[in-house]
Amino acid sequence: MAAVIEARGLTRYFGGLRAVDGVDFRLQQGEIHGLIGPNGAGKTTFVSLLSGRVPVQSGSIMLNGTDITHMPAHLRVRAGVAYTFQITSVYPRLSVFDNVALAAQSRGAGDVVAEVADALNRVGMAGLEQALAGTLSYGHQRLLEVAMGLALQPSVLILDEPTQGLASGEIAGFKALIRSLVPQTTILLIEHNMDVVMDLADRITVLNFGQVLAVGTPEEIRMNRVVQDAYLGVDHAAG
Amino acid sequence: MAAVLALTAVGLSLVFGVMRVVNVAHGEFYMIGAVVAWFVTYYLPFPPALAWLAALIIAPLAVALIAALADTLVLKRLNYDPEATIVATIGLLYMLQQAALTFYGSDARPVVAPFQWRIQLPWFGYSGYKLFVVLAAAIILVAVWVFMTRTKAGLVMRATQVDRETAQAFGINVDRVYAGTFALGGALAAAAAVLIVPIQQAHYLMGHDPLLLSFIVVIIGGLGSIRGTLVAALVIGLSDGVISMFFSPTLAKIIATLLVAMVLVFRPQGLFGARA
Amino acid sequence: MTQGAKIWGLHLLILVVVFAAQFVLPSYHMTNLARIMVLAVFAMGYNIAFGYTGLLSLGHALFFAAGFYAMGLPIWHLGWLPLPALIAGLMVGGLLAGAVGLLALRTAGVSFMIVTLMFAQAGYLTLLYLNTWTGGDEGFVVARTARVLGGLDLATDTPRFMAAFALFACAMLVCLWLVRSPLGRVMVAMRENEERSRMLGYDPFRIKLIALIVSGVYAGAAGAAYGMLFGYVGATFATIQYSILPMLYVLLGGAGTVLGPFLGALLMFYLIDITSGYTDAYLFVVGAALVGLVLFAPKGILGTLRERIAPWLP
Repeated sequence: MAAVIEARGLTRYFGGLRAVDGVDFRLQQGEIHGLIGPNGAGKTTFVSLLSGRVPVQSGSIMLNGTDITHMPAHLRVRAGVAYTFQITSVYPRLSVFDNVALAAQSRGAGDVVAEVADALNRVGMAGLEQALAGTLSYGHQRLLEVAMGLALQPSVLILDEPTQGLASGEIAGFKALIRSLVPQTTILLIEHNMDVVMDLADRITVLNFGQVLAVGTPEEIRMNRVVQDAYLGVDHAAG
Repeated sequence: MAAVLALTAVGLSLVFGVMRVVNVAHGEFYMIGAVVAWFVTYYLPFPPALAWLAALIIAPLAVALIAALADTLVLKRLNYDPEATIVATIGLLYMLQQAALTFYGSDARPVVAPFQWRIQLPWFGYSGYKLFVVLAAAIILVAVWVFMTRTKAGLVMRATQVDRETAQAFGINVDRVYAGTFALGGALAAAAAVLIVPIQQAHYLMGHDPLLLSFIVVIIGGLGSIRGTLVAALVIGLSDGVISMFFSPTLAKIIATLLVAMVLVFRPQGLFGARA
Repeated sequence: MTQGAKIWGLHLLILVVVFAAQFVLPSYHMTNLARIMVLAVFAMGYNIAFGYTGLLSLGHALFFAAGFYAMGLPIWHLGWLPLPALIAGLMVGGLLAGAVGLLALRTAGVSFMIVTLMFAQAGYLTLLYLNTWTGGDEGFVVARTARVLGGLDLATDTPRFMAAFALFACAMLVCLWLVRSPLGRVMVAMRENEERSRMLGYDPFRIKLIALIVSGVYAGAAGAAYGMLFGYVGATFATIQYSILPMLYVLLGGAGTVLGPFLGALLMFYLIDITSGYTDAYLFVVGAALVGLVLFAPKGILGTLRERIAPWLP
């Protein structure tokens, strides 16, 4: 299958700390790709490199065959790489409509009103257009964040811990939502909730100390002894 | 007049460094200091030297009081939001300026120097008082330096500068530190003014030039870096004279302001400041 | 009635009321109102940068004065006609804002405030320095003959009011249209959260530069009109005080509201006018108003109103 995003030797240091250290990574067209790893493994730094929020020190990133290593973040978004924030980052003082409209008009949508309605429909928030985003419940704010990502109609949607803080009922709906997005959109999912990742992902990459520990299907990852030692074992013992 | 400039600038830099507040009214503190000095020397029935000494004590105290009041009544309530405090200190600037105009008038009035003699060197004469100003300013600066680096109060201030929350967690009364810093900054400006009034007269608009110059000094030295500020004050104070030999004063000011803007745009950490 | 109709209706109603005021007001207040309308245009421009985009500039006097001089100097030295001179004022305001923006927008927050302040100060000093050309501190009077536009003598009450009103109405409607447009939405997004907006595909630098240029065009137009209507061009209009005044109007009326700048200019103008009957301490009024506003009503009159009862107010 064709790679949408292909990163080679991606590296980023913060002072003496190697946050991301020579990571090779392939995101294939139409898959849901999980990215997991212990806290501080470099997950957020890695996707910040992909989305352009943090400049790359060495290595390269290709998007559909084009080199985007040094492309500024806002142009990457236009080129089809959307990023939803880990910490909910909607515009609290703007209406839900304006929040999503900002995303829809960014790529020059013809009918902003219709596209906003469509994006809100897909996350199940139709009818809340005029509410101020800051007054929504936490779950709704997370969904709004996803709706903003959808309205960008990206080829790659990077979701940074989207289920964090959601109730279990909301998580089920969320999983259905993510499944409905592929294969038109390719999903890179950073997630702490193992059940969600194992359930959703086609393939999983495990990061540890800024390096790739393993790549494979959920089954392979579950069986992988190294991963169990480094991560799952600890996690299960703790949780 | 590099020495006096340094005094004013250090006050501004101190306030910015510790509190992250740009005090636009700083020049007015300087002006109020000069005006108070005039009132003190005019109404106290002392000989000039003694009256001037009294002014050197009273004026900084008075200005420190005003500054502390401004801090508790206004700045604290704004939670030291940088942009809101600038707007508020602009308001303060207008109020102080108007107060001086109303109670003091629009005349420039001189203060008699505490002593008058000239040092007669073989090649030129030099006013003894000017030398004394340089000396006094240097002493005050050293005192501030010692205060900041050697005393407990200085340590507390520096701790607050580095991390406000942690300082609070360690039981430091941040409110009082801030009020104290703001007062000290004002007092330094006032002290500079008392030193300068026997040379320049007291006038209600006199705060404008030192404010601009202090801005320049602080920015070139790196916002909030006290050592950088001192170096920059000396360099600018000395070069001021040199530049104005080649250009008209207005052109010199134009060049200086544009330079400052450029420094902020391209080297926000200042020319001498190593750290941001 | 749809929301859009309600909003446009309200603003048109305000315009009609202001227009009708000329038939009831005595001459003194008519001149005042003309002055207020021109100042309100300046404040609207300031509001586009500060209220909507979040750019707190301390240097708008530069763009305001640019309007004065770009209008007045060609008339004085080159004998230009009023219309091209006015257009020159507006364009130079925008150009200068663009030039300042290219540099100043590399900074943000407090640094942005100081940099804009420094540029404006340099501009003011330049006017003094080139005093053979600009008249320096004393400024110059715009020739009476150059103040006739389309057969109307702008030095007389009614044409002056009409000209000020025409500018005011245009400026307000364009501002209303702008802030309700997609671009206006992005400007607000920049103010609210720059990093998020970048991750929605917007270039913060470009959006802020556009806002600043539009703001400069408003300031330049207001400056050119002021000089033309009241016949005087002087360096005082480049002093820091004229950077503070629009900020004061906007803060008082309500930052980020279309009508706020006009309301603020109207109230502040008459507040100073009335208090100066009792005391000459008008600087104190300005200072106290600034401090009071940031302390007790940072959203201004219309901002508070919008929060409490009229969330639809643009």
